[in-house]
Amino acid sequence: MNADSPLRSGLTLAGIAVLGVALLTGIHHLTRERIAAQQRDAVAMRLSQVLAPDRYDNDLLHDVIQVTDPETFGHPGPATVYRARRDGQPVAVVMEVTAPNGYNGPIRMLVGILADGSISGVRVVSHRETPGLGDPIEARRSDWITRFEGRSLRDPTPEGWAVRRDGGEFDQFTGATITPRAVVEAVQRALEYHRAHLDALYARQSADEQSTDE
Amino acid sequence: MSEHRTPLGDIFTEAAWRQNTGLVVLLGLCPLLAVSGTVVNGLGLGLATTFVLLVSNLSVSLLRKTLRPEIRIPAFVLIIASAVTAIDLLMQAWFHDLYGVLGIFIPLIVTNCAIIGRAEAFAARNPPMAAAVDGLGTGLGFCLALVLLGALRELAGHGTLLAGADMMFGEWARSLELTLVPNHPGFLLAILPPGAFIGLGLLIAARNAIIARGERRAKAGSPRVTAPVARGESA
Ligand SMILES: Cc1cc2nc3c(=O)[nH]c(=O)nc-3n(C[C@H](O)[C@H](O)[C@H](O)COP(=O)(O)O)c2cc1C
Repeated sequence: MNADSPLRSGLTLAGIAVLGVALLTGIHHLTRERIAAQQRDAVAMRLSQVLAPDRYDNDLLHDVIQVTDPETFGHPGPATVYRARRDGQPVAVVMEVTAPNGYNGPIRMLVGILADGSISGVRVVSHRETPGLGDPIEARRSDWITRFEGRSLRDPTPEGWAVRRDGGEFDQFTGATITPRAVVEAVQRALEYHRAHLDALYARQSADEQSTDE
Repeated sequence: MSEHRTPLGDIFTEAAWRQNTGLVVLLGLCPLLAVSGTVVNGLGLGLATTFVLLVSNLSVSLLRKTLRPEIRIPAFVLIIASAVTAIDLLMQAWFHDLYGVLGIFIPLIVTNCAIIGRAEAFAARNPPMAAAVDGLGTGLGFCLALVLLGALRELAGHGTLLAGADMMFGEWARSLELTLVPNHPGFLLAILPPGAFIGLGLLIAARNAIIARGERRAKAGSPRVTAPVARGESA
């Protein structure tokens, strides 16, 4: 074959591509299980922050349903709801809720609600709020988010489910009202959804087929 | 550029300091400005970039006799993309928390033109050992710029240093976090993008001052080749 031929150039490139693919296939196989395990750990770790693992005895990660309710969950797609039970009896649900109206975009969070309608915990999973202004919603920056614990639709009353500036019971941050307002509203919506769909949330068949086959 | 005979130490200082990507050549500014909010973020991205530079320089140098001019750019792109994907997977597996923070910037290492720049300007013309040293030097130089800028912004913006070190080194590293200014109210300008530009300007000025002082000393003593100062158009 002529040393200058385009064919040779093409083959060289193809060879490099094949080498690259072979390398990445190898690395993918090496890391696949570890990545899946890390992702499971990360989810379990987050869930344990909104609902203490000793409260339930079922496999929370696999007792899940998908519900679609854009009004409540803040985005058009399905939202995941984890169901915790003890001896088969409902204990709590943990819902993936999005506050669509953060200052810099959606704020994704987990809201844990006990079967009696009170909150077991709330944590922000991801957000793009301004560091130093909106980020006290993160548990590692302030204890603000923990103040939802034990609250319910009766405590405070509906008027109280707002930031102080709007006449409610929850503190806003210095110079940042929009972020905490969005979070408070989203938590309240989650509670209302829980009250309206309490039985259905626990009764529905677990829709876990997709997430078990890794 | 450097000849085959250039001592490896000189190649390293040339790449890491005299031609520092972040502070002199001013390549790869997008990640430099975007990920330098804290020391740990800067260090994470800097080390990832160093790894990619090392692998891509080494591979390009090993293949330099096979790569004819017309295909060398696509070949560089293939090599760099493979290296970046590899580090993306490895980070997901072993530094999952840090990956959560840096995640979107890792694939963007591909677009750091410093990498293809070193492949073209150095690795394609030099033997593997020299290319590897150049990659390491360029990467560590970039990492240095990221860490310095991260330190500057973290200190001014949050009053801390090394916050979140546990994401990179595990639980024990939580104790590495230094709170140098307790109850710091937060300085937004340093945290937001404009702070990155201002900080980078200060770092470049500091580096130029060091170089200028070196030159004055050199003038007083024996004449020496001087290092270039930042101009920004040398790439
Ligand atoms: C650069 C910049 C970033 C801001 N980021 C936030 C934020 O993340 N969250 C927030 O609630 N307010 C943020 N604010 C402030 C809001 O614009 C608004 O002034 C603040 O929420 C106070 O609202 P209020 O006047 O209704 O109390 C930011 C302002 C600026 C200039």
